[in-house]
Amino acid sequence: MADADLLTLPLDGLHRALGGRMVPFAGYAMPVQFAEGVMAEHLWTREHAGLFDVSHMGQLTVAGEGAAAWLESLMPGDFLGLAENALRYSLLLTDAGGIIDDLMVTRRADDFYLVVNGATKAGDIAHMQARLPAGVTLTPRPDLALLALQGPAAAAVLEAMLPGVAALKFMRSGGFDWRGVPLWVSRSGYTGEDGFEISVPAGSVEALAQALLAHSEVKPIGLGARDSLRLEAGLPLYGHDLSPETTPVEAGLSFAISKRRKAEGGFPGAAPVLDQLFNGAPRKRIGLRFEGKQPVREGAAIFAGDAPVGVVTSGGFAPSVGAPVAMGYVESAHAADGTALAVEVRGRRLPATAAPMPFWQKNYVR
Amino acid sequence: MRYFTKEHEWIEVDGDTATVGITDYAQGQLGDVVFVDLPEPGRELTAGGEAAVVESVKAASDVYAPIDGRVTEGNPALESEPGLVNSAPEAEGWFFRMTLGNPAQLEGLMDAAAYQAFVATL
Repeated sequence: MADADLLTLPLDGLHRALGGRMVPFAGYAMPVQFAEGVMAEHLWTREHAGLFDVSHMGQLTVAGEGAAAWLESLMPGDFLGLAENALRYSLLLTDAGGIIDDLMVTRRADDFYLVVNGATKAGDIAHMQARLPAGVTLTPRPDLALLALQGPAAAAVLEAMLPGVAALKFMRSGGFDWRGVPLWVSRSGYTGEDGFEISVPAGSVEALAQALLAHSEVKPIGLGARDSLRLEAGLPLYGHDLSPETTPVEAGLSFAISKRRKAEGGFPGAAPVLDQLFNGAPRKRIGLRFEGKQPVREGAAIFAGDAPVGVVTSGGFAPSVGAPVAMGYVESAHAADGTALAVEVRGRRLPATAAPMPFWQKNYVR
Repeated sequence: MRYFTKEHEWIEVDGDTATVGITDYAQGQLGDVVFVDLPEPGRELTAGGEAAVVESVKAASDVYAPIDGRVTEGNPALESEPGLVNSAPEAEGWFFRMTLGNPAQLEGLMDAAAYQAFVATL
C-alpha cells in the first residue's frame, strides 16, 4: 500500500514528533517503534508503563431491547448475565465455528461497548449489520480514540490523573472525567501486564497522551513491542494465530465459551465447537521453545520426527525471556507440553519443545 | 579499501580476502539484532546472492554477497553477542570473511563518500 493511501490516526502528529518510525498497519500509518527500539520499549513496559496508541481498533456500541440476546446469537459469551461495567473477551464465529474476530464486550448502563481488531473492523461491522434485528442499533464510533497504558506503574500513574481508577479490578471498567473530557476506562490490555485501555474523544486524545507522557514512568511504545509483549504473554493475534479456519477450542480459547452457553449452545458453530470441546479437537495451539537463539517466524513448518504436523503462526525473540519463542498449531497427538518437535527454518530443522504458555508470567491485578 | 553496496553491506578488502558486514545505516533500520545466521566456511557465494540472515526482534532480513567468492570464516563473536551488529556494525560486528572470486566486481560498488551520498537520498 502506498503511503498516500494510508489513513492517519488522531495521534499521527505526536507519533512523528516523538520520533516514531511509521509503517502501514491495518490501513493506517502507525509507529512500529520509537527511538529506543523494540527491545527497550518491551522491557520498559514490563518494568514501568508503556503508552500504546490503539486507535486503529474499532469501537462500537450496541443498544436497544434485546441487545444482549442478539450478541449471544453472534458469540459464545454469556452477555445476558454479564454484570454492568464488566467486560468479557469473546469471539465472532462463523456457522462452522471459525473465528471471524476476537473482541472485548463491555456491558454498560445503557449499551454494550465493543472493541474489535483494526484490520477486521469493516468486516465485523458488515457481518453484524447484516444480522441486526429490529430494535437493536449498532453504532461505529470513529469519533473515539483509544489508548492503552500498560505495565506495573500504570495504576499509580493513572490514579493521579483519574482518582478512583486504581480501584477497578481486572476486566472491570467505568466512566471517568478528565478536565471535563469524558473517558471510558477498562482495566484490561493485551500485553500480559496490569494496565488500562482508555477510550477518549478523538479531539482530546493528544492532550491526554501528552499528560500521560509527562509522567517519568511513561514512555511511548510502538507496534513492535506490542507484538513481542503479547507473544510472550501467550495471547493470540487475529490474522496470525486466529482466523476463520480456527475454532475457539483449537485456539485454546474455550474459556470464551461461557458456562451457560456450553450447556445451551445457540451460538454460531455451536454443534462443531461443543463437539470439539467435549470430544477433543484435531489440532491445538501450542507454545514452542527452542534450544538456540535463532528466532522462528510465522509460517515455519513443525515436524514430529519426519512427519509435518503443524505450522508456526507467531514467533520471534522474547525480550523478557531472553530467548526465541513461538506459537503455532499442531495435530493434537503432538500438543502435550514437553513433546519433542522440530521446526524448519531456511531448510534446517531446529529442535523445539511444546511448552506451556504464557512464556512470561502475567501480572494482572485480580 | 572499503566498498559499499546499495543493499547496505560493506566489504573491506585486505590482500586476497575481504571482510563483509552491514552498515551503520542498515543496523539502525533493523533495530535490535538478536541472531545472525552466518554462512559455513567453504560456501561459494555469488554477487547479489543471499549470504547471511540477520534477525531483529521482529523480522529476518537477508544479507547479500557483495561480490563472488568463497566463505573463509564467520564471525564467532556474533554467536554469543549478536548485539555487536548494533553497537559496532562496521568493526567488531562484521559477518564473514571471503575470498575475492572476481575482484573486478569491486569496481561496481560505492566508496564511502558515494555511499554516504546514497544514504542521504533514502
